[in-house]
Amino acid sequence: MKLTNQEYQEYLNKKSPDSTLLKDLLWAFVVGGLICVIGQAIFDIYKNAVGLSDDMARTAVSVTMVFIGAFLTGINVYGKLAKHAGGGTLVPITGFANAIVSPAMEFKKEGLVLGLASKMFVIAGPVLVYGITASVVVGVIYFIMSFFGGGGI
Amino acid sequence: MNKKCGRQTVRIDNVKIKTAAAIVGEKEGQGPLAQYFDIVLPNNEWNEKTWEKTESKMQREAIRLAVQKARLSLADMDRIFSGDLLNQCIGAGFGLRDLEIPFYGIYGACSTMIEGISLASMLIDGGFAQRAAAATSSHFCTAERQYRTPLEYGGQRTPNSQWTVTGAAAAVLETDAEPGDIAVTHLTAGKIVDMGIKDANNMGGAMAPAAYDTIKAHFSELNMKPSDYDMIITGDLGKVGSEILTELLAQDGIDISPNYKDCGCLIYDPEEQDVHAGASGCGCIGTVLCGYFLDKMRKGEIKKLLAVGTGALLSPTSSLQGESVPGIAHAVSLEVKTGGEKQ
Amino acid sequence: MMSYINAFWVGGLICAAAQVLIDKTKLTPGRILVAFVVIGVILGGLGIYDKLVDYAGAGATVPIVGFGNVLAKGAIKGVNEHGILGALMGGAEAAAGGISASIVFGFLIALIFNPKSK
Repeated sequence: MKLTNQEYQEYLNKKSPDSTLLKDLLWAFVVGGLICVIGQAIFDIYKNAVGLSDDMARTAVSVTMVFIGAFLTGINVYGKLAKHAGGGTLVPITGFANAIVSPAMEFKKEGLVLGLASKMFVIAGPVLVYGITASVVVGVIYFIMSFFGGGGI
Repeated sequence: MNKKCGRQTVRIDNVKIKTAAAIVGEKEGQGPLAQYFDIVLPNNEWNEKTWEKTESKMQREAIRLAVQKARLSLADMDRIFSGDLLNQCIGAGFGLRDLEIPFYGIYGACSTMIEGISLASMLIDGGFAQRAAAATSSHFCTAERQYRTPLEYGGQRTPNSQWTVTGAAAAVLETDAEPGDIAVTHLTAGKIVDMGIKDANNMGGAMAPAAYDTIKAHFSELNMKPSDYDMIITGDLGKVGSEILTELLAQDGIDISPNYKDCGCLIYDPEEQDVHAGASGCGCIGTVLCGYFLDKMRKGEIKKLLAVGTGALLSPTSSLQGESVPGIAHAVSLEVKTGGEKQ
Repeated sequence: MMSYINAFWVGGLICAAAQVLIDKTKLTPGRILVAFVVIGVILGGLGIYDKLVDYAGAGATVPIVGFGNVLAKGAIKGVNEHGILGALMGGAEAAAGGISASIVFGFLIALIFNPKSK
């Protein structure tokens, strides 16, 4: 074989099948969209039937969606749906719940403390690390800017 | 007598594979080769509390079964070579704990079965043992949690990805190959070959150059050609890797295409079972060789077989650190012994 | 009715964008989520994302990008109320419901259920 590593990589890329992008996109769009519609329906219930403020209703929606995602993961449904939906089940907050529950369940056999609990954030942890860090950065920038012209980014 | 045929290849004079056994999981039991396996698990737990325990049990039972088929007892086994994919090879360590057979733990990733058969053959042919066994195992659930993601995590598998076989295999090797026996005739030890592929989801592509290297060495050191074999098999290159192997060898004028099969493309139904590029895992060539191909040899449908085990020598740590995937391939040639007055 | 249609196509589109990254790049799902939440924080900090929330409702809040928006808005609110210390408090405070729910439900569900072999 007279291929260099780079030539082989290019050759391999050519041989490897492509993802079925169009089908995947459709799945992601429809499932992701439907999850958001469910979120909207729950929001309307909390706002109109329960009478929560917009902000409280949104938090209540998050909590409810997290529960749904966690529960569907528990009964072995979310992973199956995600096989087709991909980004459609990854991006909604239900996917965040799936990322937390699935390792917690998987590593329960290594114990409730060092298995379940310590592996709980093995996938979702980075979202909190970078999300919260970025928010603190935003807060600090906002604080500094408030000295020059008083607030409002 | 000099048994060295070349830098990588040795000749084995008088060793046979006496018996073999293969145990597979549920999904493999729904595949096209189901009838060739000794045991198909009713479920992938097999009454054990953890997947690791299940895998160990599969390995242990495969060895018991192979020894039983040979009408031997465990105490007749002088050595066993075994290994698996689990960290520190706990599949073998725990599975073989109660068998009380002198044990060498080995690791060749998914080539482990062929590595084990190679070492056992040399040990016996060298006169260091009368009988030795080789065994291996893999389990979809133990491999997923170690190498990839939790079972219930909503990830999508890439089109290149391969499905880890839930399966264990064992072979009992013995000295004195008589006509009609499946004799081990040559071994070619592979070199580690790394073409810099970093995608751990494309293991077939990463391992194909290693298989190419070993097969090429085998033919050149023995001055043989593919048509000298009825069948040439590789372990788990899958759809992508096996195509690449065929093309790489063809470029050097070695045409294996008429009688070449990849075990990773045989064990599942590619249309029905949704395994993307095929199967992988130690259990892949293990169960397909010990279950399917050795059966074909016993029935006389295949007389000469070249079995090439392929392994990807990566770990989750090396992948996270951005390393490429080193490949390894070992070859064993098997032949149904002919001639002699007994036939 | 319009709010449902808007939630559907905006939410769907955000998910489809993630799918493009899954299929066309080597980014792992974990990295895509991190990217999306950070984008949410930036858009939230700039005050842009709330316009999308007004338009698409849950279509903007249910995707993880909305989580980033909540974090950023919380940090700004925190600064307004508590000064520089609020930058540390505000984000986590605003997202506390979702985070605590994830932990508690995650714990309970993992206690009760088990993964299934494929």
